[in-house]
Amino acid sequence: MPRRGVLDPQGEAVRHGLGALGFSGVSRVRVGRVVDVELPDGVSRDEALSQGRSMASKLLANEVVEDFTVEVLD
Amino acid sequence: MKFGIVTFPGSNCDHDAYHVVKHQLGHEAAFLWHKETTVGDVDCVVLPGGFSYGDYLRCGAIARFSPIMDGVIAHARRGGYVIGICNGFQVLTEAGLLPGALLRNQGLKFICEDAILATANGHLPFTSRCPETLVAPIAHHDGCYYADDETLARLEGEGRVAFRYADPAGEATPDANPNGSRNNIAGIVSEGGNVLGMMPHPERNAEKALGDASGAWVFRSIAAAVEGGEA
Repeated sequence: MPRRGVLDPQGEAVRHGLGALGFSGVSRVRVGRVVDVELPDGVSRDEALSQGRSMASKLLANEVVEDFTVEVLD
Repeated sequence: MKFGIVTFPGSNCDHDAYHVVKHQLGHEAAFLWHKETTVGDVDCVVLPGGFSYGDYLRCGAIARFSPIMDGVIAHARRGGYVIGICNGFQVLTEAGLLPGALLRNQGLKFICEDAILATANGHLPFTSRCPETLVAPIAHHDGCYYADDETLARLEGEGRVAFRYADPAGEATPDANPNGSRNNIAGIVSEGGNVLGMMPHPERNAEKALGDASGAWVFRSIAAAVEGGEA
């Protein structure tokens, strides 16, 4: 997700679009990215979280302008 | 002197850069395929414009991990010159060789037009021969330069802004800013001064057939820095 404080023109454009649909109370929209990574069977939950964080920090997110969260899905 | 122009999958301005430095300006030049691991005996590496890896994930995010980048980073650490143009600038910020990031243009549109640039610091290896203003086309969707307040203050304080988007009088006005870049920044250099990133394409205005050829001054400045004399 774009960091707070970084201008997100896509989010702004989406906000205007929502306004055009009648959703008038929306004060802010941020547009981000979801990346699903499938790991091999047998990788533990903790290991998956750790790998996920490493992947996110090194490649999937640009930490200069983006925040990320990692979730293990079963 | 010798230029080495990197080709990533999806780079499309590598040949323009090669043409300018070799055929227009008469220097030695070689293409560096992204899978090579060292840059060899080049004096200046060019990371050209284009759409490396289709701009997938983020512009330059995947190219940043191509094997050649180990060589480019080592070359930069040794004080070698690197110029990243457009997608090349994006790769340099992703690699951490330059601070900040290039974001989606503020107006959300791909922009394709000539840009007037003011030379913000004329004493850099990349600008020593540049006039006060020059023209270079921009062609980008993600050219909005962003850095946080602290980084921006440091860049400005250390004279590391090389070029700004400007009006014909050389003033960096809001109207002259095509993409929302902070402080109208079009190009910056690294702490060591040997790495430059710029969004406009100087190689696309380096011969009279294409314009006033003022983009060539960037390459002449680099040659002067390497050869220690007139380019």
